[in-house]
Amino acid sequence: MTESHAFRLAVASGKGGTGKTFVAVSLFYILQEKDLPLCLADCDAEAPNAMLFFKGEREKTMEVTQSIPLIDEEKCTFCGRCHEVCTYQAIFILPAMKVIRVMEEICHDCGACYWACREDAITEKEISLGEVSRYRIAGEAFIVESRTRAGVYSPVSLIKAGIAEAGNKGIIILDAPPGTSCPFIQTVAPADYVILVTEPTPFGLSDLKQSAETLRSLQKPFGVIINRAGIGDQGVQQYLKEQAIPLLLEIPFDPALAVAYARGLNPAASSQALGEALSDLFNKIVAAYGNCSHQR
Amino acid sequence: MFIIVIPMKIAITATGNSLESTLDERFGRCSYFVIYDTRSNETEFIANPNREAVNGAGPSAVQLIASRGVGKIVAMHFGSKIIDLLESLHIQMIKPDSGITSVGEVIEMLGRQH
Repeated sequence: MTESHAFRLAVASGKGGTGKTFVAVSLFYILQEKDLPLCLADCDAEAPNAMLFFKGEREKTMEVTQSIPLIDEEKCTFCGRCHEVCTYQAIFILPAMKVIRVMEEICHDCGACYWACREDAITEKEISLGEVSRYRIAGEAFIVESRTRAGVYSPVSLIKAGIAEAGNKGIIILDAPPGTSCPFIQTVAPADYVILVTEPTPFGLSDLKQSAETLRSLQKPFGVIINRAGIGDQGVQQYLKEQAIPLLLEIPFDPALAVAYARGLNPAASSQALGEALSDLFNKIVAAYGNCSHQR
Repeated sequence: MFIIVIPMKIAITATGNSLESTLDERFGRCSYFVIYDTRSNETEFIANPNREAVNGAGPSAVQLIASRGVGKIVAMHFGSKIIDLLESLHIQMIKPDSGITSVGEVIEMLGRQH
């Protein structure tokens, strides 16, 4: 970790509601003590909530858009070339009935149809996918929030824009969306290390396995935090042992902490023990993986 | 005086290529489309080429069916992406009663309506 290279730490899980944001906002809270640029990128663009735990001034908001083909039916000869080149089947055409439609939510903005049209019948139309906002929390500590507009098919472009806005300096925490599909992969792809947060239940274990397999295929170093330890069963511990996956930390189930969290209090502010444990963990991770950026 | 009879074709999603086949739960990714002509009482089975498609199976299925002049579709479920498309093409969507499970039963049901 140096001034010119950011250390990116993604906090992810497979299952929703295991405590990704709980861990991410706690880390952000304790890392403000370090004298380094710090940014938390809330990549759960379909339901961003990290800002619920902080007060900050919004410095910037930018709209993220994509282009959609707009077909002039007067000029269109219904030749079908645009339909043929579309990998995503986003152009629906019935030449005999002179019907042509763009399926906007399927369009991936690849641009092939503009190139394919020989009649100059296709122009670009911009549609909004959502917003990326940057909040200054204190000094050089920022939160970047990606927020998808309701109804948008994929949050991937918003996540990409949010990670870019988080910059390339100091410590960057990436709060990942649940699941293991494209939004998850987009978030963990730039990370130097990934913390998977799980709960010791069969649900937690099932989704943890999927996340761990995905991270292995991406060749990302990762470890696991078990949240709400003490409930459920021993399945997760057993799996971690069998697979030789590091168990980074167990956060005991504590109703008082849950109540404080539900009221919008930062867990690391409510529990000094949690703050210290996460601080130690972060230092160990940086010591082991902090130079990854240079070696790549 | 002429009486113009508009041929009415109905598409049914099926898991196989016989009248005994059960209805396929999926529309865009069903195994077979059965095209039933209410006038001639004939049925045609078309293997769905988009069954394993990564993207846009629904719109491709609509394209296949609409290009054959189908006016009604019988399926268990219609995805949100194609409901608007079918409405704009004036193709009627029919969900059969839960008691009806086979293609033959659907055709029988349709026969009662005509």
